[in-house]
Amino acid sequence: MAPEPPLLSMDGITKSFPGVRALDGVDLDVQAGEVHCLLGQNGAGKSTLIKVLAGAHQPDTGTIRWLGEPVTLRSPIAAMRLGIATIYQELDLVEHLSVAENVHLGHEPTTAGFVVRGRAARASTAALLRRLGHPEIDPARPVGGLSAAQRQIVSMARALSHDVRLIVMDEPSAALDPDEVDNLFRIVGDLTADGVAVVHISHRLEEIRRIGDRVTVLKDGRAVAGGLPAKSTPTREVVALMTGRDVEYVFPARPPAAPGGPPVLQVQRLAREGEFEPLDLEVRPGEIVGLAGLVGSGRSEILETVYGARKPSAGRVLVDGRPLRPGSVRAAVRAGLGLAPEERKAQALLMLESVTRNVSVSSLSRFSRAGWIDRGAERGAARRATRELSLRPDNPAVPVRTLSGGNQQKAVLARWLLRGCRVLLLDEPTRGVDVGARAELYAVIRRLADEGLAVLLVSSEVPEVLGLADRVLVLREGRVVHTAPARELDEHRVLDLVMEGSPAS
Amino acid sequence: MTQHMSPPRDGTPRTAAGPAPAWRSLAARTDVRTLSLLGVLAALILIGSITKPDQFLDTRNLQLVLTQASVIGVVTVGMTFVIVSGGIDLSVGAIVALASVWATTVATQEYGFAGILFTAVVVGVGCGLVNGVLIAYGGMVPFIATLAMLASARGLALEITDGRTQIVTVQGILDLGERDSYVLGVPPLVLVFAAVTVIGWLVLNRTTFGRRTVAVGGNAEAARLAGIDVRRQRLHLYLLSGLCCGIAAFLLIVLSGSGQNTNGNLYELDAIAAAIIGGTLLSGGRGTITGSVLGVLIFTTITNIFALNNLQSDVQQIAKGAIIVAAVLVQRRTASTT
Repeated sequence: MAPEPPLLSMDGITKSFPGVRALDGVDLDVQAGEVHCLLGQNGAGKSTLIKVLAGAHQPDTGTIRWLGEPVTLRSPIAAMRLGIATIYQELDLVEHLSVAENVHLGHEPTTAGFVVRGRAARASTAALLRRLGHPEIDPARPVGGLSAAQRQIVSMARALSHDVRLIVMDEPSAALDPDEVDNLFRIVGDLTADGVAVVHISHRLEEIRRIGDRVTVLKDGRAVAGGLPAKSTPTREVVALMTGRDVEYVFPARPPAAPGGPPVLQVQRLAREGEFEPLDLEVRPGEIVGLAGLVGSGRSEILETVYGARKPSAGRVLVDGRPLRPGSVRAAVRAGLGLAPEERKAQALLMLESVTRNVSVSSLSRFSRAGWIDRGAERGAARRATRELSLRPDNPAVPVRTLSGGNQQKAVLARWLLRGCRVLLLDEPTRGVDVGARAELYAVIRRLADEGLAVLLVSSEVPEVLGLADRVLVLREGRVVHTAPARELDEHRVLDLVMEGSPAS
Repeated sequence: MTQHMSPPRDGTPRTAAGPAPAWRSLAARTDVRTLSLLGVLAALILIGSITKPDQFLDTRNLQLVLTQASVIGVVTVGMTFVIVSGGIDLSVGAIVALASVWATTVATQEYGFAGILFTAVVVGVGCGLVNGVLIAYGGMVPFIATLAMLASARGLALEITDGRTQIVTVQGILDLGERDSYVLGVPPLVLVFAAVTVIGWLVLNRTTFGRRTVAVGGNAEAARLAGIDVRRQRLHLYLLSGLCCGIAAFLLIVLSGSGQNTNGNLYELDAIAAAIIGGTLLSGGRGTITGSVLGVLIFTTITNIFALNNLQSDVQQIAKGAIIVAAVLVQRRTASTT
């Protein structure tokens, strides 16, 4: 037993963002030549952790050791110099450059320091591609014309063009076909045989069993289990580790009687080519319907298509029995739909503007005559809407960017409340919202439903869907695999469904 | 009330400054920006009065400065709307040229005062319509679409005039430029500029049109998902810019008593520069009419002082460039403290 230090060890890493503690003391150690899998639900801290590892984020506290020596990963370049390469989910390739240029980006082989030796770059790229089992990719071709799988290979080639000791892969199989996945795993096998370590992030348990050596499970920014044997730890135990919570969310009580009356929102055979398969659902006034599923299961796409922000390839959406014009947000808004999108800052908020103006933007015609805004009426209405949701601070004149995540979400809800919307579409309503503020947001959503709104909720946090919704549709890869009243489901069962696609034994 | 007992951090803003200071400093900064522009203008007036005490503060000179500011000023008001919406209009100078020559052809002049005014405005709006349709519904990048308009409108203006200056013979137009028609010492052109400024300010700050313009410029995706018809808004903005160009062309006809295909040369740069030093963000979402108008007045005053001191226009250009750089650096500093 040689006391050889691990290739990489991270110790007590913490990282906070405004309002969120993304990493709360994570430990991780990776040995040379192993495939170390990172597992966790969305928001567990996986992405933040790999960004720290890639030098893209600086940890607030904690130490990183490389071969036993403490190191600071001040920048992505510093990480690369040590031999850490990261392959992100959204591949960071330059579309208009060739394969070879992408592979050598930033470290081109040169003559006299600045003349790029194109032929040498192409030759070494071709060699890397052969090693990766893809000699058919032409190093001179622009990356823009390649398939998702081929791009993945190019990213790998880029990682290998450095003297790499550790490769971090963020859900590499998400965009790949089964035989492409097989090839990827073969490559991973070759690399580890050469002593390269791989940190592999995936939602798919069966993959982890296939290629993983050890598993570290993250939950709520902590490593709840480090270095479990990947092949022999029972699924039950892994799922339990992912879901067991320290913080119990407080969910509001459901109304005693199931909501009756005709559905206000009907979705019939709605589909989008390549994103989700034909979907039927109904939401009644006072009802909260939840869509549960992981990233890539088509949740956000479904909501945005219902809202008209994406054009369906088939099917239709009806409000009060009347079909909406497909692909028209304005038709949807006019019919009484409102969307609180997943990316609040990018998709909902006017960050330079006050709360008032963010709240009133969808209802301007109500405060205006011949285009002239009655600003007193606008302020009053915005104040009433934000008060009703207990938005803090109680001053709608403040810029919306100064609010916390939870209050920014309330500003978006207030916008639709003011508009008099009847169907609320919520996409990850508590993303970026502090744990402490979530319960209040849940109470607000339930109250809006009790007042007669129909709510369609999407969340990757299973407890949230189960706790808040009346009825749950479980999605896996664009398909509804199960529908049931929320009280008949539990978290384990839903996670089994979304991860394995079949009920766990 | 559970809300009151909820964790205090939910009400605490992300910035360390705290909520009240944050928005107060915003209000203060808006003021500071306007005040600093006023300060620059005051300094320029001081320089002018010291270097040429007799000529600069002369009523006629001040009338001249304001008149010169009027033409580019009206263009800048339209440009400000476009930039606030996240767009750009490079074709304003060319549109002014085309509108001014089209409105002063022999054929148009037969219809007299109204014919000239009508033609200038319709040509301006027409060009704006083409820009707007290409950008809003054709999906073209504003920079490219208006660059194409710049080239073609200039070309068409040359085609119409054959390079000749078209002298205006309509008496009503010529009279408007005379001292007799000054109202309490203020040239009518300046009154038009003032009216456009006031209307522009009201539209940007007090109407749904202005609010939607800011929303589209601040976050087009959010505006679309909030139910705003982003494309129609964009179309209207280029129409508005075209309208301002038409009005400016008319002012130029009155001012020069003629129409020329070289009119409005580099107006696009002057208007963009004035808007930028006035605090309009080139990325959209923020901008003020007051700032833009002060920017115009600053540039016009500089030109005037340089002319009075017999300094060459190359020095003028360098000074303008320096002012733009300084203004943007100051803005970046204030923006980064946000």
